[in-house]
Amino acid sequence: MEVFLFGIAKDIVGKSDLDLSSIKQKPNTVGELIHFMNDSYPEFANLSSLAVAVNGEYASLEMPIQSNDEIAIIPPVSGG
Amino acid sequence: MQKPIIEIVDTINTAVVYDELSDAQSGGICVFVGTVREFTNNETVVSLQFEAYKSMALKEMHKIAEKASIKWPLNKIVMRHAVGSKKVQEAVVVVGVSAAHRVECFEACKFLIDTLKASVPIWKKEIFKNKSIWVSAHP
Repeated sequence: MEVFLFGIAKDIVGKSDLDLSSIKQKPNTVGELIHFMNDSYPEFANLSSLAVAVNGEYASLEMPIQSNDEIAIIPPVSGG
Repeated sequence: MQKPIIEIVDTINTAVVYDELSDAQSGGICVFVGTVREFTNNETVVSLQFEAYKSMALKEMHKIAEKASIKWPLNKIVMRHAVGSKKVQEAVVVVGVSAAHRVECFEACKFLIDTLKASVPIWKKEIFKNKSIWVSAHP
């Protein structure tokens, strides 16, 4: 399971993608992934918001995630 | 409505947008250009760095254009955002529409930029002389 990181999320983790295939308890939902990120990298808790995109679409906390999904952490956007 | 022009590019050429939106059925064109401002809270900005989740950003921009075309009778739409490092006064985003009348032009153009800023996965880092900050990251 690979998670893409952008903006400040990339800075917090220190790389542009995170491989979760080796962790014991893989997150099964978007909510569990956010929980995992907050636990592993406490700086995420300080952000204004944190969203997750699954296959290029904003996903709800209940959305199940699978290893072949394209998953991305979306910190607060600031385009324009 | 004609197929919208939606792009993420390295450099924005503001000179082409008039021709892209010009249209025989339209009585007006509205364009918003976002540019790099020199000061944020009295601190001198050296540059802005933009990063995009390109495939999703394009998808979101298409959704916004589609919503606008349902809400208002538009003839043409352009949405173009830059990525990379941009210096003071450089254009970073351009959105525009053409339509039969000005009211829908102004309203749709405002909707395009407001919605882009709220939902499109693009991030901006302000580079100051001694620090850099991801805009809006923290409350």
